[in-house]
Amino acid sequence: MTTVEERLLPSAEPVCLIDQNGVPRDHSSYRLPTKAALLDGYAQLVRGRRFNDQASALVRQGRLAVYPSSFGQEACQVAASMVLREGDWLFPTYRDSVSIVSRGVDPIETLTLLRGDWHSGYDPYEHKVAPQSTPLATQLPHAVGVAHAARLKGEDTVVMALVGDGGTSEGDFHEALNFAAVFHAPVVFFVQNNEYAISVPLAKQSAAPSLAHKGIGYGVPGERADGNDLAGLLAVLGQAVEKARAGEGPQLIEAHTYRVQAHTNADDATRYREDDEVTPWLDRDPIQRLTTYLEHEGWLSSEVKENAEAQAVQVSAQLREGLMPEPEVDPADLFAYLYAEQTQQTREQAAFLRDELAREEA
Amino acid sequence: MTHMKISMAQALNQALRDAMQADDSVVMFGEDVGALGGVFRITDGLTAEFGENRCFDTPLAEAGIVGVAVGMAMNGMRPVVEMQFDAFGYPAFEQVVSHVAKMRNRTRGRVALPMVIRIPYGGGIGGVEHHSDSSESYYAHTPGLTVVTPATVADAYGLLRKAIEFPDPVVFMEPKKLYWAKEEVDLTEEQPGIGTAVVRREGADATLIAYGPAVPVALEAAEVAAAEGRQLTVVDLRSVVPFDDETVCAAVRRTGRAVVVAEATGFASVSSEIVARVTEKCFHSLAAPVRRVTAFDIPFPPPKLEKYQLPSVDRILDAVDDLQWEDS
Repeated sequence: MTTVEERLLPSAEPVCLIDQNGVPRDHSSYRLPTKAALLDGYAQLVRGRRFNDQASALVRQGRLAVYPSSFGQEACQVAASMVLREGDWLFPTYRDSVSIVSRGVDPIETLTLLRGDWHSGYDPYEHKVAPQSTPLATQLPHAVGVAHAARLKGEDTVVMALVGDGGTSEGDFHEALNFAAVFHAPVVFFVQNNEYAISVPLAKQSAAPSLAHKGIGYGVPGERADGNDLAGLLAVLGQAVEKARAGEGPQLIEAHTYRVQAHTNADDATRYREDDEVTPWLDRDPIQRLTTYLEHEGWLSSEVKENAEAQAVQVSAQLREGLMPEPEVDPADLFAYLYAEQTQQTREQAAFLRDELAREEA
Repeated sequence: MTHMKISMAQALNQALRDAMQADDSVVMFGEDVGALGGVFRITDGLTAEFGENRCFDTPLAEAGIVGVAVGMAMNGMRPVVEMQFDAFGYPAFEQVVSHVAKMRNRTRGRVALPMVIRIPYGGGIGGVEHHSDSSESYYAHTPGLTVVTPATVADAYGLLRKAIEFPDPVVFMEPKKLYWAKEEVDLTEEQPGIGTAVVRREGADATLIAYGPAVPVALEAAEVAAAEGRQLTVVDLRSVVPFDDETVCAAVRRTGRAVVVAEATGFASVSSEIVARVTEKCFHSLAAPVRRVTAFDIPFPPPKLEKYQLPSVDRILDAVDDLQWEDS
């Protein structure tokens, strides 16, 4: 018999299977992922980092309106998608573009929102990825609804719902956890705690012992992991997904990571934090430590490296080529998708706009 | 069996029952809608008949209820959710405005949300604070929502069936003071669709435009006016969004005079929108400015004072008298 505490409380320390020096650590509850998983993860990390760098560069060149980078959080991004099966759902936030691409969504369609030619560019049903949510935590009840519907239909779908540390203060986070627990819905709530909600540090956000502890009040088991250790994340998230699929209800996972860059290109992080705080996190880089480990094991052949590099080169070329041309937008789209059938009023307003444009052209 | 005398509450209940019978993907949930059958008994017996997977109680959290409905609609269900009272729907406002209303548009039509948010609304039942709001203008102001409200027993059934079958989210506003009003109805009779207003009474002298709980008051006023020699047309909007300009304007053009009757406060409201539309479209047919009978711009009063806030036959008749008749 496990006690309530054993069932619900997260580990005393964030689960870490490969430390920041690339040294493997034993853990009583979690095992290192397979070599194949780690090599796949390595390639995705390299590609994810390149995606972040290229997207940020494209903002500077005026090709994207804004880009909230997940630089330094790529292990979380990649792991969240890697642990899912086909048919599972991902509910991302605006900072989770790398996770969306890892799920198989087209990189250009992923960036439609941030480029500004439409609100959401990809078909959510194609890869089972919900539109990126900007109002914080509001996507979490949707994730519960998808999971609950799947359960009622007898499908073994698991839903991965992403949220940040700031988002855990929102009412929707709490309502979603509570609903999921009561409905026994197969949702993994994955909190990427990157220490900042724009400028507000975690200490001003929450007095909880950890964000994973927030599950206790709802009867949702919590766990936490080193957010820069892909191995630990794959193990912890993988187990959470398995439990949810096996009918054990929702799981809450907190990853301890750090937002190395500013909130977006429009933000000035020097106004609220010192460089001294950022520097140690650069040594905890998720790619660096996995590389060290894989090299030490002798698994990082030149073929593996070249393959990863080739994927990274490909995605950055894809972004440049796809985003450099001015996007084609159609003003008629403003009315086309509001209702299944347009109302008399939207038809009239669409006609007004059409006439206005025709006059301008004349 | 086809003709029976039932209340609006019973008609709504029957609409839910028939919709759930007709389509397995229809699910009903909210606060106290299970064993209790809802505080107004609109979901009475549904859990017993269809089981806990089809009609179920939820935790007491309106944003969660609507948010979960969004996800269920994304995944092939047709959720119908109940907000227990008008003012208790406000915690869900962000979900309604930012997601329910926008999902189809932001995904270029790829994700539709066929769902219904049922909201008992309005005063006239002696409800204490926060139990009598007319919140329709908040929803009508939000592009992407469809907002309907029945005024008759037949429409309660017909409109709710159509709302559940509708491809887009519908905010279904139920005038709670009419819940117990009984009518002889034939539920199998096809009612006009969403987006269509209906002329409830024909009269040549002026038009009363009303919706929801104000419709029976307008009809009563028309009855009194007729006895006094003035014939009034009464238009029941039924559907606030989409708005039926054609039916409304045709009635106003026929009569040349109009009064809008609504239970909600008047400032920046559905009633002000109607006046603006009628004035823009029918200006040359109007013999007098369009008048309004609405609530005062104050919070809904406590039960002992609510009669001063609700539109009355006398206020409607006074407004009609003020329409610059040539003989006065």
